Amino acid sequence: MPEITTHHFLVVSFLLFAIGVFGVVARKNMITVLMSIELVLNSVNINLIAFSYQFSDLTGQIFAIFTITVAAGEAAVGLGILIALFRLRETTILDQATELKG
Amino acid sequence: MKELLWLIPVLPFLGALLNGVLLRGRISKKAVAAIACGTVGIAALLSLGIIADYAMSIPAGHEGWQPFEQDLYEWIPAGPIKTTLDGVKNFTIPFGFLLDPLSCVMLFVVTFVGFLIHVYSVGYMSHEQGFQRYFTYLNLFMGAMLLLILGNSYAVMFVGWEGVGLCSYLLIGFYYKEEFPPYAGRKAFIVNRIGDFAFVLGMFALVAHFGSLKYTEILPRIAKNPELITGAGFLGLTLAGFIALCFFVGATGKSAQIPLYVWLPDAMAGPTPVSALIHAATMVTAGVYMVVRSNVIYQLAPGVSQLVAVIGAATAIFAASIGLAQTDIKKVLAYSTVSQLGYMFLAAGLGAYTAAIFHLGTHAFFKALLFLGSGSVIHAMGGEQDMRSMGGLKKALPQTYRTFLIGCLAIAGIFPFAGFFSKDEILHAAAGHGQWVLYAVGLITAALTAFYMFRAFFMTFHGHFRGTHEQEHHLHESPAVMTIPLWILAVGAIGSGWLGLPGDWNLMHHFLEPVILQPRGVEVAEHDVSALLLALIALAVAGTAIFLAYRIYGGDRGLEKGRVWAERFPGVHRLLSNKYYVDELYDATAIRGFWATARGLFRFDAGFIDGFLVNGTRNLTVNALSLGSGLFDKYVVDGLVNLVGTVLDGSSRVFRRLQTGYVANYALVLVAGMFVLICVYMVWRLS
Amino acid sequence: MDFLVANGAAILFYVFAAIAVVSALGVVAMRNPMYGAICLLTTFLAVAVLFLLRHAEFLAMVQIFVYGGGIMVLFLFVIMLINLHRLPEIRLFGRQSPLAGVLAVILTVFFGWFFLQTRFGPANPSPEKLVSFIDAQQQVQRLGNSQAVAWDLYTQHLLPFEIASIFLLIAMIGAVVLGRRL
Repeated sequence: MPEITTHHFLVVSFLLFAIGVFGVVARKNMITVLMSIELVLNSVNINLIAFSYQFSDLTGQIFAIFTITVAAGEAAVGLGILIALFRLRETTILDQATELKG
Repeated sequence: MKELLWLIPVLPFLGALLNGVLLRGRISKKAVAAIACGTVGIAALLSLGIIADYAMSIPAGHEGWQPFEQDLYEWIPAGPIKTTLDGVKNFTIPFGFLLDPLSCVMLFVVTFVGFLIHVYSVGYMSHEQGFQRYFTYLNLFMGAMLLLILGNSYAVMFVGWEGVGLCSYLLIGFYYKEEFPPYAGRKAFIVNRIGDFAFVLGMFALVAHFGSLKYTEILPRIAKNPELITGAGFLGLTLAGFIALCFFVGATGKSAQIPLYVWLPDAMAGPTPVSALIHAATMVTAGVYMVVRSNVIYQLAPGVSQLVAVIGAATAIFAASIGLAQTDIKKVLAYSTVSQLGYMFLAAGLGAYTAAIFHLGTHAFFKALLFLGSGSVIHAMGGEQDMRSMGGLKKALPQTYRTFLIGCLAIAGIFPFAGFFSKDEILHAAAGHGQWVLYAVGLITAALTAFYMFRAFFMTFHGHFRGTHEQEHHLHESPAVMTIPLWILAVGAIGSGWLGLPGDWNLMHHFLEPVILQPRGVEVAEHDVSALLLALIALAVAGTAIFLAYRIYGGDRGLEKGRVWAERFPGVHRLLSNKYYVDELYDATAIRGFWATARGLFRFDAGFIDGFLVNGTRNLTVNALSLGSGLFDKYVVDGLVNLVGTVLDGSSRVFRRLQTGYVANYALVLVAGMFVLICVYMVWRLS
Repeated sequence: MDFLVANGAAILFYVFAAIAVVSALGVVAMRNPMYGAICLLTTFLAVAVLFLLRHAEFLAMVQIFVYGGGIMVLFLFVIMLINLHRLPEIRLFGRQSPLAGVLAVILTVFFGWFFLQTRFGPANPSPEKLVSFIDAQQQVQRLGNSQAVAWDLYTQHLLPFEIASIFLLIAMIGAVVLGRRL
């Protein structure tokens, strides 16, 4: 078995990032979109941790803490928006929220 | 005394100033009359004094005689001009007066008759509106007339000339509220103007040649050196002929000769004293005065002199014939004036200048007398002037009757009244120069004169009264203020003739002799015709005419016999009573032509110049400018604006498709942008 | 046993990496958001293990507490609050899913290949840095990852820490405001 290098972690990070981006762009259900955003943020965290280990620098881990913090805040606000949208449209399907059209 | 000469014209002007401007509407009628008559009266007395003073100073044999000249100030210093005789010389017109025998005679006539008429007007106009205005104009006229006759140059004469023309207009149109008087005033002024134009041309010729307009600088010089103006002039005439002709045309306008006489009969629309003063005694004689003053020039232009005589004679007989058929008493007198003026020009044209002035003087007296008498009649008739409504006024107006009779006898040329002497002198001159045609015309005119004057006399004063009952009750003799001047004039109408007895006793001729300059080398051919014989012939002719008039109109006959004669020659009668249709002829040709030209010019101005040129240019400019500006605005400016709009619209149409409203699309774009950024980073890292 | 000892890290890695990726796919592919939320939780946990493999113990715990215990609960509450009785019979993926798929593939393959070209030196040259810190008296304290992270957080990165707290405050207010029933 080859040694697990930073590259491996980067690959995982890329995969998660790609899946997350795909989910954000392609899904119509807003809840799923929000969850996909969390996936993207997680992939970023993996990347940070991998590099922190690579260079023996705690800065990566500190940054990851902050990323988690921001993700939490953003999730809260995003769900708030979701609830507001649901109250307005009685649906969470993004296709029906086209006020910005034009 | 002579130094006070300038005061004579100034006094009437002062009266006009007081009555017309300073004291207008503020003083009583008595005060107005006092001022008006007072100024003229003082002028008259002054004239007498000055004339006496001057006459005494003339030596008996006329040796070394000088006119008295008084320059007041330099009126028009025109500066250097180029003259044909003296090269470049300084041309100035001083304002001054001249006193010589001719101006003495005129002065006496004008002031004396003028004064009497002023006094008469006080009575005649006492019931009229505009009393003060009337006397203002009358004084103004007197001042202008005195300027005319006392002026020492043609320029000052012209000032007076125009002034009397103006006053004539003002006084003819005195009753301006009616329709006809203003028209008659305009007619007089405009016809006068035509003559004045010629007068001015003559003055210009004098200035161009002599560089001066003063009598004393021109006339004696011509007399000494006649060749100065016998050279070539204009239009095939000699210079003398040209100037003489121009002056004479002016005279025909002012003195109502053919062809410019048409204003005088219509001028009767003015008050009767005005007709007496202006259109009988004074203004109309200005033309005669002018010709006599310029006698040297006329003596050197025999052709024009002959023309003057011929027109004078023609006018005399022409006007007399019209007088035969007139029914308005003033019109009869008007045509009579035209006729008698013709006599004066006949004399002047023949070279008998003293005879012309003599007749001017006697005519002033008896014509004024006749006009004032007719005024008295009209006054008594309550304004009626048609003789067909008169008749038998002998009993109601005895003084008027007698003085009018004296006037008629005078004008008919009956011994011993004034007209006899003056008219005969003219006929004697005609015969003496061998102009038998002119003599015959003059004789026939004398007959016609006697006839129509007595026709008027009999129609007015004899027979039965033909007017209405109200008029009959109104008949009354005029007050003393009107009858006394009549009598004074009657004395003049008798006595003035004795100043011109034929032969060596001719005081008038002797007095005026120095004025008649004898140009060197001009001979006067005289036939020796017995004056006595001619006088007897004239008397016989006149007497026959009066007798005929009596037979037709006199006694109790009234108008029937006259009507019978009129019916026998209906065509002639119509021709005469319509004044030979001359006014209609003038109207059809000159007046209509004038109006047509004026209208045509107006149309040209309004249509072409205003319409096409001015408005067209304006339209062109405005339209072109506005068109250009509009096009510019529409295509360039708006184009730019629209371009911006179109561009924005197009681009927005494209970009709008970005705004799908789908959040997922936005997210995709976001990712795609990130994708691009990564590409950029990759490239950057690789390079 | 030797095999496990020798390759334990690798086996752990591959297993949990696979779990993470598969769960991620599950999140994206599930129709029912409840199921998606469960998949997400699984992903979080797998990622936490991956953190452990890289000696980020403190962060692994934070990941589980915050993500799994906080955010996931939040998601589940909201999903229950939405109260979707019937899932609409619509297409699962939006109109641009092909394009999105292409982009994702590019990301993975192309960019991934590119960035994986970088060569690193030996991993973790100074492991003590991850677990120790230098205290105020310049003494090296080797107390473990948490203490090291804590020391770093409160000394070196104090300002971002404070800002993060303010950020959380704002997020909280925002969430409350947005959630109000007007």
